[in-house]
Amino acid sequence: MMGEATRGVDALQAKNKSVRPLIEARGLRYAYAAGGLDVIRDVSLDVPRGQLSALIGANGSGKSTLVRLLGGLVKPQHGEITFDGARLQTINARARATRIAYLPQTTSSVFPFTVREMVLMGRTPYTARFRFEQPHDLEVAHSALQAVDALHLIERSVMELSGGERQLVALARALAQEPECLLLDEPSAALDLKHRAGLVRHLRRLCDERGMTALVVTHDLLLLDPAFDYLFAMRDGTVAASGAPVHVLTDDVLASVYGDANIRARRLGGRTVVWSEL
Amino acid sequence: MTLNRKSKIANQISSLAGRRLRRALALLFITLVVSTLIALWVGYQPLDLAALRTDETARTLFFRLRLPRVVMAGIIGASLALVGGALQALFRNPLAEPLTLGVSGGGAFGASLAIALGLGAKVAGTPLIFVAAFLGAGAAVLLVYHLARTGPVVLPGTLLLAGIVLNLIAGAGVVLIQYLSEYGRALQILRWMIGSLDVVGFDLLWRMLIFLVPGWIALIWAARDLHLLAVDEETAASLGVDVRHSERLVYVASSLIVGTTVAVGGQIGFVGLIVPHAVRSVFGEDVRIVLPCSFILGAAFLMLADAIARTAFGVGELPVGAITALAGGPVFLWLLRRQQRLAAI
Repeated sequence: MMGEATRGVDALQAKNKSVRPLIEARGLRYAYAAGGLDVIRDVSLDVPRGQLSALIGANGSGKSTLVRLLGGLVKPQHGEITFDGARLQTINARARATRIAYLPQTTSSVFPFTVREMVLMGRTPYTARFRFEQPHDLEVAHSALQAVDALHLIERSVMELSGGERQLVALARALAQEPECLLLDEPSAALDLKHRAGLVRHLRRLCDERGMTALVVTHDLLLLDPAFDYLFAMRDGTVAASGAPVHVLTDDVLASVYGDANIRARRLGGRTVVWSEL
Repeated sequence: MTLNRKSKIANQISSLAGRRLRRALALLFITLVVSTLIALWVGYQPLDLAALRTDETARTLFFRLRLPRVVMAGIIGASLALVGGALQALFRNPLAEPLTLGVSGGGAFGASLAIALGLGAKVAGTPLIFVAAFLGAGAAVLLVYHLARTGPVVLPGTLLLAGIVLNLIAGAGVVLIQYLSEYGRALQILRWMIGSLDVVGFDLLWRMLIFLVPGWIALIWAARDLHLLAVDEETAASLGVDVRHSERLVYVASSLIVGTTVAVGGQIGFVGLIVPHAVRSVFGEDVRIVLPCSFILGAAFLMLADAIARTAFGVGELPVGAITALAGGPVFLWLLRRQQRLAAI
């Protein structure tokens, strides 16, 4: 009897351990200039492992800065970030790039790189200096492009691509890093509804089929529920609310996050619809 | 399906950067050898192999004058083209090169200041003048960069405008220094300003190489980082590049290289523009290919340009800078036209 109960607790602990958050941030504070305004003020959050999460909030609320902190691109002035149990700052940049892929907002290029060259750049962290990509890397690049249905673009120049295609190629480059975690900063900003939905579908599939963890900065409140597992809502450099989409996408939370009482959310046929009264 | 995919990948293996670089280098090496032979052959008097074997004067002329000059042209051309390719990637601007960024102007100002202050008994070749030119070039690149940068973005149009105006200011500064200096030194500055590859013997070449080789190594070392920086800084950083460190390395190496070449040969413009552009249009955009290929093609290019400067027009020797400007200026304007998007910013 006793033994059974212990086993039960063990199993629970083991389960808890297996779902330990991939990224844990505690007490983050960050200002771009020393002594300047804190863009991030006392943020603590857990990015759930193997799930698709979104970071929402008004312009200037610190979303981009927060993903850059979580991706290790900038260092917090205060607080600590652990990635898979290890302090993020102790992981060197190249090793980090094999585990975390970060996609910046803009993905335009001045030089007409081919899509193949662009995606192969994702293999850099696996390639020693003065060495070049090997046939294996080409295979990885192929399957990365295939995963986002963009293999047909491989010979094209990135200059000729549409905004949506460029975003897919950037996502393929991130996948070519074979990361455990994707951090995407407004990947759908320049896309039409069809392409935005397509991108969310790709991300959903990556989480479901490959156990990828993804955190996406987005303004697409319409595409959050039920595609996303978890939401973080930011306001003035803090995480004002977090939880499942049904709990975050409510009139009260949205009004407080966006500082606008006109924003409404309603459950409708298994999804949450968000709109603004005009 | 998988078989099909395997064969598809097999077909693309030849497109991998390493293999492309090997093929490109083989081709360019042949170009370099041919260019060297042509440059050695032509001159005030075409090379006479029989005389070279028998005549002591002919031998001296060849080994003390023509050979060093051709090697000098090769070294300077290679250096400028390498720097051009690196700066273009760093600033994400295909029109960037030592002249258009004001780097060579800054170097010229530093060098002429050193000459005016009497820091060198000879115009070219004293380490102090190299150092002064290096400092001038370094100051110019930092100044232009800070003028054109707003936050994380370097405005491409502003970068070029700032660079070209800086070149004009430095040019005015050189003229001023020249007027204020005593006659002998002013003449030295004037002679050097015209820019020439006149060289006697190999001493100067060795002294130059002490400054140039570390710069070359640094830029080739940074080629992989520059390949990623050519897309954007955030992408490079997320792929493991220490952006600030690479930037600093490229600034220092470029200033060292441009300062040294300017101190010896004066301002030779547009080599850093034409050569990397030609390489990119033939061998693709991969910066890890562009840099070593520009290095070799740059050597071949300036040797041939100097051969033309020495022989064409039948009016004695032209400054090689005039030839490269005549060839490169129009290429710059043509690229500017193609990059309207860039120039508008």
